Amino acid sequence: MRAPAAITVSELRVVRGDAVVLPGLSCEVEAGSVTGLLGPSGSGKSTLLRAIVGVQKVASGRVEVLGQPAGSASLRSRIGYMTQAPSVYGDLTVGENLVFFARVLDVPRSAVDRVLADVSMEEFRGRVVSRLSGGQRARVSLAAALLAEPDLLVLDEPTVGLDPVLRRDLWELFHGLAEHGMTLLVSSHVMDEADRCHALLLLRDGTLLAHATPSELRAQTGKNNLEDVFLRLIEERA
Amino acid sequence: MSLRITRAVAQRVVSQLRRDPRTIALIVGVPCVLMVLLQQLFGRNSSVFQSVGTPMLGLFPFITMFLVTSVTMLRERTSGTLERLMTLPLHKIDIVAGYGIAFAVVAVVQATVVSLLALGLLGLDVAGPNWLVVVLAVANAVLGSTLGLFVSAFAETEFQAVQFMPAVVLPQILLCGLFVARDQMATWLRAISYVLPLTYAYDALARTAANEIDDVWFAVDCLVVVGSIALAIALGAATLRRRTA
Repeated sequence: MRAPAAITVSELRVVRGDAVVLPGLSCEVEAGSVTGLLGPSGSGKSTLLRAIVGVQKVASGRVEVLGQPAGSASLRSRIGYMTQAPSVYGDLTVGENLVFFARVLDVPRSAVDRVLADVSMEEFRGRVVSRLSGGQRARVSLAAALLAEPDLLVLDEPTVGLDPVLRRDLWELFHGLAEHGMTLLVSSHVMDEADRCHALLLLRDGTLLAHATPSELRAQTGKNNLEDVFLRLIEERA
Repeated sequence: MSLRITRAVAQRVVSQLRRDPRTIALIVGVPCVLMVLLQQLFGRNSSVFQSVGTPMLGLFPFITMFLVTSVTMLRERTSGTLERLMTLPLHKIDIVAGYGIAFAVVAVVQATVVSLLALGLLGLDVAGPNWLVVVLAVANAVLGSTLGLFVSAFAETEFQAVQFMPAVVLPQILLCGLFVARDQMATWLRAISYVLPLTYAYDALARTAANEIDDVWFAVDCLVVVGSIALAIALGAATLRRRTA
């Protein structure tokens, strides 16, 4: 049995210039789950995530998040969003960045210590962000999204460029957060991360190929490797 | 609108600038050098230095804050931090006002240093109260920074943002009365000068220099400058879109 939906997307259509990015996408994300949004670069993952957090112009369709239309003012303190490019200030230190976002969110300073520990960046607190590696910057950006202990965490490729140990640690963190009732929607173009998710949304060319658990997908396609599963699903469509 | 968030934004922008001492040195140093040049060029007691010097104290902050704000804001748009801010519980006005306050703080430093130099060492005579010159210079800075913020919405790259300076600022400088008195301009030019905010900012400083601050036009100047700042803040906030393509 599936939990109630934290996110319901129906017939979402997004057009950018002449290009139809999402032609009419419908999907759901279960509350309290870690859902992976997988698909190749350019498949519309970021666009879908942007629509969910309410910063994407949409042509038509409905996106409902935590029972309210996406982009509602009351949702802003309940959603943590990490953009694909690390959206933190390069000329500030890690600590200054997080203190700034903590003040905007009106959460106590102690939250800064908590999120720095969550992403294992305590010793970088006094470092200027522009001097950090891409992966470290991504972790600062993730830390900022964790500050308000949101009900929904939307993460756009949070583990890009991280070493395997850190990636494992972050996925453990994601599961820990989900156990405390948080809903996580995590995009990735790396298939081997799919196995770490409760549920998968497979996206290609703005169309949903599948919404299932990793084991359901294996059973459905008869393939073990999720990369092969993805290929099989594309072939079935063709 | 939230005072807490506005303060947080303002302090953040100031800390970003403090991390960049070279920019601070340029913001404060360049007007000082230009002021010395102006005085040396025309001479300490020349009518040109004496009549142009005071309005210059307002033009410098107007120009620098316009540039610095439009580039800083553009960076915020392109780096994704603005997108993150737009998902947070804040009002767009908080961002714009925070920027305005931060650059006003920088302008206080700039205007104070340049004014001290001009009025002290360089022998610039201001018949009206000297503190008013600094206040008006800061108002010019806020006007420049709010205009820069508004204009940055129309720039896609930092190159374009920099080009908006000559496009938006230079015509205002040409028509504000600095080069040709406005009553000697062709009628159509004077008509344009009436709708440009810098005209009033310039006039307020010129009247302060001549100690004509009891004049009703000085009050009009001040009202128009404050009104223009409010309008630029509203326009700037309107250009910040929560949803983008």
